[in-house]
Amino acid sequence: MSTLPLATSFLQNESFLDVLYIIAFSLFIQGLRGLSGPTTAVRGNRIAAVGMAIAVVATLLQPSEGNWGLIALGLALGAAVGVPAARQVKMTAMPQMVALFNGVGGGAVLLISWAEFRRYGSTYGSHAITLGGVTFHLGGVPTYVAIFSVFAAIVGSVSFWGSNIAFGKLQEIIPGRPITLGAGQQIVNLVLLILAVAAGVDLIAGAHSELIFIGMLVCAALLGNAVVLPIGGADMPVVISMLNAFTGLSAAATGVALNNPALIVAGMIVGASGSILTNLMAVAMNRSIPAIVAGGFGGGGAVEGASGAGEHAGTVRSTSAADAAIQLAYANRVVIVPGYGMAVAQAQHAVRELTKELEKRQVEVSYAIHPVAGRMPGHMNVLLAEADVPYDQLKEMEEANPDFQRTDVSLVIGANDVTNPAAKNTPSSPIYGMPILEVNDSHSVIVIKRSMNPGFAGIENELYYDPKTAMLFGDAKSAVSEITAELAQI
Amino acid sequence: MILASTLTTNLAILVLAGFIGFVVISKVPNTLHTPLMSGTNAIHGIVLLGGLLVVGLAGNDTFNKIILVIAIAFGTINIIGGFLVTDRMLEMFKSKPKAAERAEPDSAGAEREKGS
Repeated sequence: MSTLPLATSFLQNESFLDVLYIIAFSLFIQGLRGLSGPTTAVRGNRIAAVGMAIAVVATLLQPSEGNWGLIALGLALGAAVGVPAARQVKMTAMPQMVALFNGVGGGAVLLISWAEFRRYGSTYGSHAITLGGVTFHLGGVPTYVAIFSVFAAIVGSVSFWGSNIAFGKLQEIIPGRPITLGAGQQIVNLVLLILAVAAGVDLIAGAHSELIFIGMLVCAALLGNAVVLPIGGADMPVVISMLNAFTGLSAAATGVALNNPALIVAGMIVGASGSILTNLMAVAMNRSIPAIVAGGFGGGGAVEGASGAGEHAGTVRSTSAADAAIQLAYANRVVIVPGYGMAVAQAQHAVRELTKELEKRQVEVSYAIHPVAGRMPGHMNVLLAEADVPYDQLKEMEEANPDFQRTDVSLVIGANDVTNPAAKNTPSSPIYGMPILEVNDSHSVIVIKRSMNPGFAGIENELYYDPKTAMLFGDAKSAVSEITAELAQI
Repeated sequence: MILASTLTTNLAILVLAGFIGFVVISKVPNTLHTPLMSGTNAIHGIVLLGGLLVVGLAGNDTFNKIILVIAIAFGTINIIGGFLVTDRMLEMFKSKPKAAERAEPDSAGAEREKGS
């Protein structure tokens, strides 16, 4: 500071720093506007990243800033973990990655709230501290700061633990099926929530105890676990998006507590984004958000499904790669319906090769993408984009459905529930009312699937018993490659 | 309009940002929902700022310093990881219409390999 007093004082001018924050959040908004189309999206993301860099620089310029060694250490640790993780993750593992990044964000929020609380002297109320033998009486923090800090701590903790569980389930470290406490689950959740909020209110009222704060964090942590553990694999995208919204809101709350506009704006935008996506997915599955959070769906009904399988009168017709190839080769129009099975088998490149082979034979190929295909909204689009499938071949559900009637062959690759006609025809089905891809309208259907096991919803798919459906059992990647090889010989 | 306090100013920002968020995000097509999720995910890494601010203030004991370093590391993972992974995804979406028009897909593939 002594060498360049003029420059330093200008750079550390409060208004100047505020302007930097304003520029930063404007860039976030402008960047997200870029995400309205695939051609402008890359630039949009980079604009947002520049905004982030400006926000970080503005913070480092704050006159109160110090402890540079610790800051450098934290940044270096974060970069050392974050960069390789982001570079190496496979596109199929994107849902887990997002869950994990979301979790660390929530974790940061909870740790910051905790550190702040301890810095105030383990109370939001008035207290005395002794510095150099002199005792000072401090007036405590404004009530609203306490409220927002407590909110951030609770929501951040729920988000951190919830996201970690979601990550564990998607990575299959934890079983994907719902793990519940049974009927008492809702009561346990409610009690945990009440305890966390009660501890928070006590703290806001000025309680002088770090133990209460830790108790609050623990209750919120248990709540995060208790909420996500009972949720089945199929509902994971909804959960991730909801937790994303939570982390955003807790960041906005931290922003109010720390009086930082960039944090407030960024947090709220993420909150809005997470809420919109959560709602969209719930609509696409025809389920209410409370019902999803209540959990138990997905695998819970597997018992019924299994018993139902025995009762099924229809027979399943299985086919070979050679027959499938012939069927596809002489079709005019083929629609490929990808699902999570394609992602698991990493079959997207094989699928692209098959498409090329068919296009050589003048077969018109398009892809029908269900909004909740895969484990994340838009997951299939990312995988197919990775395999260089032109995005004008990708049709959304509303666009794809009317065209199934004039489709010769629908090739279903590892998708299940999103093609189940029971959603339209069987009012007693758990998925009744969910919008589906109406592949049963096409002239014939080929389903590539590893086995007859039900999908995430744990229910039988009537489509497989339809006389015009042929099943090709096997791993999606090898099955598709075999069809391509057979095609080349025709 | 002159707002009474820092709190009301911040609340105004909060509410307005919420509305802007809804408008902007509503325009994102389904195709880009995964990148949107990971992009907004990166943006909430901005809590890093909170860690950076608090660590610089007086009155942090050793335990606080430890958790703040972890918070900064978490925030950095969130930001850097989030933006990088989103960039990787979006790069795949880029220039796809061209790929459809390419007369010789094989040579295009070779080009791409050279590029990477």
